[in-house]
Amino acid sequence: MNIIVCLKQILDPEIPVRDFRVDSDKKEATRGSANMVTNIFCENALETALQLREKTGGKITALIFGSVESAEDSLRKALAMKADQAMMVINDGHPHPDPLAVAQVLAAAIRKTGEFDLVMVGRESGDWGVGQTGGLIAEELGIPCVSFVDQIESGADGLIVKRQTDTGWEKAGARLPLVVTVTNNEFNVPRIPKTRDIMMSSRQPITKLTLDEIGVNAGEVRAGGSYYQVVDLSIPVKDVNCEFVSGDTLDEKVGNLAKRIMDIAQAL
Amino acid sequence: MSNVVVCLFSASGYDRAAQGVAGAGRRLADSLGAKMHIVAIGPSNPDFNSQAAAVADSVIVADQAELSEYQPEICLEALKQLCRPLEPRAVILSNDTWSQELAPRLAHRLGGSAAGDCLDLTVVDGSIRIKRSVYGGKAVATIELKRSPAVAWVRSRAFDPAALAASTGEIKHASAEIKPDDRTRIVERKSETSGEARLEDAKLIISGGRGLGGPEPFKDLQEVAAMLGGQVGASRAACDSGWCPPSWQIGQTGKKVAPGLYLAVAIQGASQHIAGMSDSKVVAAVNIDPDAPIFKHCKFGIVEDYKKVIPLLKEKLAAMK
Ligand SMILES: Cc1cc2nc3c(=O)[nH]c(=O)nc-3n(C[C@H](O)[C@H](O)[C@H](O)COP(=O)(O)OP(=O)(O)OC[C@H]3O[C@@H](n4cnc5c(N)ncnc54)[C@H](O)[C@@H]3O)c2cc1C
Ligand SMILES: Nc1ncnc2c1ncn2[C@@H]1O[C@H](COP(=O)(O)O)[C@@H](O)[C@H]1O
Repeated sequence: MNIIVCLKQILDPEIPVRDFRVDSDKKEATRGSANMVTNIFCENALETALQLREKTGGKITALIFGSVESAEDSLRKALAMKADQAMMVINDGHPHPDPLAVAQVLAAAIRKTGEFDLVMVGRESGDWGVGQTGGLIAEELGIPCVSFVDQIESGADGLIVKRQTDTGWEKAGARLPLVVTVTNNEFNVPRIPKTRDIMMSSRQPITKLTLDEIGVNAGEVRAGGSYYQVVDLSIPVKDVNCEFVSGDTLDEKVGNLAKRIMDIAQAL
Repeated sequence: MSNVVVCLFSASGYDRAAQGVAGAGRRLADSLGAKMHIVAIGPSNPDFNSQAAAVADSVIVADQAELSEYQPEICLEALKQLCRPLEPRAVILSNDTWSQELAPRLAHRLGGSAAGDCLDLTVVDGSIRIKRSVYGGKAVATIELKRSPAVAWVRSRAFDPAALAASTGEIKHASAEIKPDDRTRIVERKSETSGEARLEDAKLIISGGRGLGGPEPFKDLQEVAAMLGGQVGASRAACDSGWCPPSWQIGQTGKKVAPGLYLAVAIQGASQHIAGMSDSKVVAAVNIDPDAPIFKHCKFGIVEDYKKVIPLLKEKLAAMK
């Protein structure tokens, strides 16, 4: 089975609110001293892929469309986690092309890898939280898609994928080729690569392709925004003053807490 | 006259989420000077149809056998066929799992552009703009959808319902031409809610985080919630640890809730968690750390170990009953 895992690199989403700034002209977050990291749901996807490969065999290709300066780090980490090979499409245009442009680039790159059975992406990216790339790749490739998947097994006629729903879960039987968008659960927490594998990954080759080489409309991708355009980005202000419940003893404090809670509960 | 289409699943009934989406669609249609149509797919549900007809110019009911249960490829193809003849300017969906799964693909098939988790929809110089929270809830973006139709999935409960009897729409039955497609087939479904009501509709929520240290304390939270007629939710860290089902997760990538009271127990208050509960009327917290960011969102709180607070709280609440 040929598995492609799409990885996106994003500004570290864990930076505290107090350190977060935006550039309202560029309509981007300012990088500051924050790290660029692999989007967590992409790592959940890679972890799910690695576990599937342990059961069914196959080859995992990590694929990224990103800046040549930093995107390699995400691919090296994927190789250290034991992806088989890595491929980068160099983004030399807008840092956040619109979702359709991204999907077209990734779909073209996926075709370029040759045979593919399973394309795995994250449910959404932790920066812009778009949540569209998987579905749009499926449309570009003309294959089905199941979203919010958190477990995959091999089945009689392809795969059995389990996905989260609003109230629980659904299981689907799926033939290949297939796109899945992956979400987190307790079983796909990304593994920590071994030191030895980190060292080895630094020597592995990475295929680098330009937009022109994969045969997309490079001008349109570089410009971004024919699908949608960000017209404003700002930080909302909210100021609430927390009142800490008072009391000389714990008993008194919790008593006051209980009273406040009960007052609200009864008024609901 | 142009058209706005609202796509709903009849199986969920004309619930608060459906009402919000219909409200969003109605107001968008009004500002575009367009007609608003509700496309309802799923099993036959006459109650749904008549309630929907009270806010729409027409309700297009697709209750053929192939659509009686949700199957992604079949529903997508059906929606495309039902929307396309209306040449919609906008297509609005809810933010349930199914709608989120279909919306970008539907946009692609209709030649439009999509955006999701919308908090607001506006028309500026004839273009449709949406507002959504980005960067894990740390910023808010306004995005202009360049292609038509604008396909938006909205944070349904953030929108007011449409005024009833704003319209008395015609109920039409339509059927899509559906070829069998078994490339994917949902074969099993299970529900694992934390109580009676949907978390999204709960009036009071007590949520637990990683600071609880294990699954057992969630039982205590459930007891306290039950005493108050509330539900239990969780942070991503607690769900990822396997202490509670993923469907309890609240946040950017979990449930979006808006209860009258939200009590966060041993939850740090990361922006991604806040993104799912910031519409709560009153937020309160139990946390051992006075500098936990959650307190920045709280009306009141207590800085103590939850292990001491929760049993006492249970006692006190029981005594007040
Ligand atoms: C793309 C992305 C999406 C995400 N989506 C979500 C989401 O939807 N929902 C979500 O919740 N998170 C989400 N997260 C994760 C989020 O960033 C935080 O990591 C997570 O919310 C932390 O969970 P927590 O507060 O339970 O755990 P922690 O950060 O570990 O905090 C535990 C808290 O418990 C307190 N504590 C410890 N012991 C005690 C005690 N004995 N008594 C009282 N208090 C105690 C601590 O002081 C601390 O404040 C997302 C992250 C990313 C990158
Ligand atoms: N530039 C990119 N390179 C590789 N994969 C991407 C890129 N952008 C998005 N993806 C994939 O699509 C998923 C969802 O992203 P989004 O639709 O932007 O929220 C991510 O988790 C990635 O798996």
